[in-house]
Parts: sequence; C-alpha cells; structure tokens
Amino acid sequence: MNNLLAWIDARFPLTKMWEEHLSKYYAPKNFNFWYFFGSLALLVLVIQIVTGIFLTMNYKPDGALAFASVEYIMRDVEWGWLIRYMHSTGASAFFVVVYLHMFRGMMYGSYKKPRELVWIFGMFIYLVLMAEAFMGYLLPWGQMSYWGAQVIISLFSAIPVVGDDLALWIRGDYVISDATLNRFFAFHVIAVPLVLLGLVVAHIIALHEVGSNNPDGVDIKKKKDENGIPLDGIPFHPYYSVKDIVGVVVFLMVFSLIIFYAPEMGGYFLEHANFIPADPLKTPEHIAPVWYFTPFYAILRAVPDKFLGVVAMGAAIAILFVLPWLDRNPVRSIRYRSAAYKFLLVLFVISFVALGWLGMQPATPILTLFAQIFSFIYFGFFVALFFISKNEKTKPVPERVTG
Amino acid sequence: MKKLLIIAFVVLFAPVAMAAGGSGYPLDKVNFDMNNKDSLQRGAKLFVNYCLNCHSAGYARYNRVAADLGITDEQMSDNMIFTTDENGEKSKVGSLMKVAMTEKYAKEAFGTKIPDLTLIARVRGTDWLYTYLRTFYMDDSRPTGMNNAVFPDVGMPHVLWELQGYQKAIKETTVDENGNEHTSILGFETVQPGSMTGPEYDQAMRDLVGFLSYMGEPVQMERQRLGLYVLLFLALLFVVSYFLKKEYWKDVH
Repeated sequence: MNNLLAWIDARFPLTKMWEEHLSKYYAPKNFNFWYFFGSLALLVLVIQIVTGIFLTMNYKPDGALAFASVEYIMRDVEWGWLIRYMHSTGASAFFVVVYLHMFRGMMYGSYKKPRELVWIFGMFIYLVLMAEAFMGYLLPWGQMSYWGAQVIISLFSAIPVVGDDLALWIRGDYVISDATLNRFFAFHVIAVPLVLLGLVVAHIIALHEVGSNNPDGVDIKKKKDENGIPLDGIPFHPYYSVKDIVGVVVFLMVFSLIIFYAPEMGGYFLEHANFIPADPLKTPEHIAPVWYFTPFYAILRAVPDKFLGVVAMGAAIAILFVLPWLDRNPVRSIRYRSAAYKFLLVLFVISFVALGWLGMQPATPILTLFAQIFSFIYFGFFVALFFISKNEKTKPVPERVTG
Repeated sequence: MKKLLIIAFVVLFAPVAMAAGGSGYPLDKVNFDMNNKDSLQRGAKLFVNYCLNCHSAGYARYNRVAADLGITDEQMSDNMIFTTDENGEKSKVGSLMKVAMTEKYAKEAFGTKIPDLTLIARVRGTDWLYTYLRTFYMDDSRPTGMNNAVFPDVGMPHVLWELQGYQKAIKETTVDENGNEHTSILGFETVQPGSMTGPEYDQAMRDLVGFLSYMGEPVQMERQRLGLYVLLFLALLFVVSYFLKKEYWKDVH
C-alpha cells in the first residue's frame, strides 16, 4: 500500500495535495455555526450534479416533449420522483446555503485583505449560479418557466441600441421557443456547470492560499509554535471533517423533511402555475420569479424606467463585488466593530428580506413605494459603509481567538 | 313548488377560506383521507364516468391507478376503461389516460381548450376544486345555462347535474364609496334536486377531489411513508456523528 502511494507520489502530488488542503490545512479552532455553509454548498453542488445526470437520462429538451417527460420522470421512472424532488429542492437549498455563506462573510469581514479574491471568486460563483438556476427553471417547460424566462430575457431588450437584437440572439427566436429550450438545456447541463466547477476550485485554492478567517477576524498565522503551526489552528482533517459531518446530517434532515413532506414548499420551490404546460398564447395572471431572485426583481420594478431598472438590478449585484474596497475599516469581525456598523448590517438584512417578499407580490402603488424605500436602504448600506468605515470607533481586536 | 334549501357553507367557512382565481368567492376546506382506498376508488369511478370524456389525464396510466388503488388490471379494464386509442380500439390498461376529443372540436364546442386534469390538483389546490365542483348555478346569460362561483363564466357545463341537481345563486349587490357595484354570492338555493342529497354529493366530491389529488402526485403516500424511515436513519446518524465529533474534539481547547 505504501509502495503504491510512493509510486503515485513520485508521479502525482497526491500526498502533497491531501496535506495542503486537508490534513495539514490549519483552520482556526473557533469556527461557529455560520461556518457550516461552505461545506454544505459543496454538498449541494454534488447533489445537483449527480441528480442532474440522472434527470438528463429521461428528460427531453424539446418544446413538444419536455413537460410530459418531466411527468414521465415523476410517474414512470423508478425513483424518478425522488431524483426530481432532490434536484428541485436542491436548487432552492443551494441559494439558502449560499446566502447564509455570503452573510457570514459580511458579518466576519471575510472579504477583507488578504481575502479579496476569495470574495470575488465567490461572487462570480453566485453570479454563475443565478444563470444556472435561471436556465434550469425553463426546462420543465411549465407556464412559469416559460413566462418567467420571457420576462427576464425581455429585460435585455431595454438596453439602448443593441437591446432588441441582443434579446433575439439570446432566445434564438422572437419569443421563447424550442430553440431557446435547446440552448438553455445545453448551457444548464454542461457549459455553466463547467464554469461553476472551475470557479469553485479557484475559490477554494484562493482560500487555502491565505487561510480561513474566523468569527473573531483574528489572523491566526501571526502566532505560530516552534513548528510553524498556528497556535489557534487545527488541521481541517480530521477536526473539521468530523464536525462538518454533523452539519451535513442536520442539513440532510431539513432537506429530507422538504423532499418527503413539502416538495412544493407551499409554491415557493415548485410554483403552482408551473404544473400547467407552457402556453405562448396565455399569459399567467401573476408572473413572479422563484424566491431566490425576488430581491433583485423588486429592485428592478421599483425603478419606473425599464432600462434604469435593469441598471439598478445589475448594480445591486455588481456593488457586492467591490465590497472589499467599500469597507475601509481594517477590523474584520462584527464583534469588534461599532454600533453604527451593526445597525447598518441589520438594516441591510431587513431590506434584502423585505425586497425578497415584495418581489413575489403584485406591484401595487403602495408596495412599489415600499420597494423603493427598501431599494434605497439596500444601496444606502454600501454608501454609508464607505463613509463610516473610514473613521469608525472599533473595539480592540484580541491577539488570539476567543472561545 | 319551490323547495327551499339554503346551503350555508359560504358563511360558515368564510374566515378560513382564501380567495382564488380572482373570483373573490371564499373556498371551502376539503377533508379527504388518501389512505382510504374505497374513497379513492369511488373518486376514480366518478372521474372515468364524468370527466374522462372531454378531459384527458394524459400523464397518468390506467394500470398505475389500478395498482395504487388496489384493483386488478382486469377489473380496471372491464369496469373503468371507456376510452379508445387512435385505432378506435379500447384503450389498453397500460396506456396513458387520453381521450378522443380533439383540440379543434373542443374549441368549437366549448370555446376553449379543455385542460388535462392529471395535475389539476397541483395547479388549483384541492379546496378550490372541492368548491368549484359544488358551486355551479343557473345563469341564463351563459351558453350552457350554468355559471360557477369560483370560476366565473366557465366554459364547462354542469356535468354532474344528475347527481347534484340544479341550484341558483343568492346574490347580494353592494355599492362601495366610489359608486361601483359589486355583486357577491351569499349562498345557493336548490331548484331541482338531483339523485344525491346535499351531504351525499359533498361526500362524492370529496372522493373525486381525493382522487384528483392522488393523480396529481401518485407517489405522495409512498414518499410520506418513506420519509419517516429516512428521518429515523438520519436521527441515528446524527447521534453517531455528534459523538464522533465530540470524541475527536475533546483535546481541542
């Protein structure tokens, strides 16, 4: 066995990689609840890829067959219903986990020097994940798939000069059609997942290059023992691998509760109107994107002008990319930052959740007013952060991690 | 001449009901037991007799329904298959539950496409279906002579009139502060009784809605049964993984 390992190691850095990324990757010992979501995101990615492969075996990317093929999977394919529910629930679970993971990064300042690239790779993952989810949502070819895609792609036509041609180019037709379904299928099952996997690898390599942050925001590499091992660090394997298993089991319990007892999640994970086959001649009464897009959809609708609305929506995502430079305070963790910062972050979370809710509702004048107020708060967070972070009254950061 | 029977379910359930389909008519809550095979079989019988002539259930198969409802393929074929395939022969037990009516004919006869009913319970919800099936009322302004409380100006005639009889709506018109008139339906009054009494008809509709719910997702009972074992296994795994973590971490201070 050892001979085999030596043979491999002489030709491929197996032991070296194992040590660098697992057995001798020293992570801070004070990770809390919020640190489960990174490994959980990886788990959901695997679930989506594996269930996706099995779905592809029976799904038909054809405007005339797609809807029926999904029902065929639900009824006639052995365990098809389970695979399909895992995939549909997995899509929502991915966003739940990623949103919590991003919030953790904001709370503990994980985007700050030297982890700016970790954050940026992460933001690209989020962006690509949105594209992946959007294209995947067209595939069941239900009414909401069809009209949701129609609405979102028509946003591109709001761009001056090239907009209409661009939308036409994306759809491959004047409306969402079989051509659109086929290309979205190609993107959803191979092109976008490849990019996603590459970005995930880059995200992890960048993280392991600089080391993990922690709830105290303390740099554990500053205090090392005589062997050069951080005093507050413990090897990822076995400590965090066994700890993450507990998180995985708890996650799977929640995941199973949804799959086996509420796969539609009251119409949030599988929308009721999506059980009607796509009908290009019949617009549903109320078109709403799936819940994970609704905060941005609310921002889009809050702006009266369509093009400016698209710009605002894009800006709402783009501004997150430059967060490491908007926050000018060197103190990372919320534990040692000012009351003003804590207040701002709470406002930001409230506005994000409120926008998410508003994005699901029909746009009445009063709700649009609320969407405008919360959009203002959403962007206000970044502006205010830029100014208060410069001269913020922070508490002293400890030398070593606490608790 | 007129036998007055006011069905007061509207008022009774108004607080728990939700508006759907834009009609504003409050929905009645439906209770059915998905484990009651007799009820599901009665629902299936109503479905193949009354619905599966115009409406298809084109994603479901006869033999799957038979297997899930505890009837043999022969019983299914002898008593429940009234449709024919494209060659004009009686549908096979393993075939999808399709009907002969074409889209073109449906458009001419009813002015609309006839929806497939396989997934209707997942689209509309069971409360909606239960209310819809019980709130057809006489309306001379409609081509079929019938209208519906939760689906105003529906194209479908009151197919179940033999069972329920005919009823007319008791309406109330109010004027709001802007001077707009709003007409709402308060209840119904039987004009001509059907072969079933009110409670019998309600029970028949619970059976039918139960069957539609089953057909919307045939695996639902199975998944709930399996879910219990999965969760029990995970609970066990949680205990093991928790103590494993504790054991490893006892030397981390």
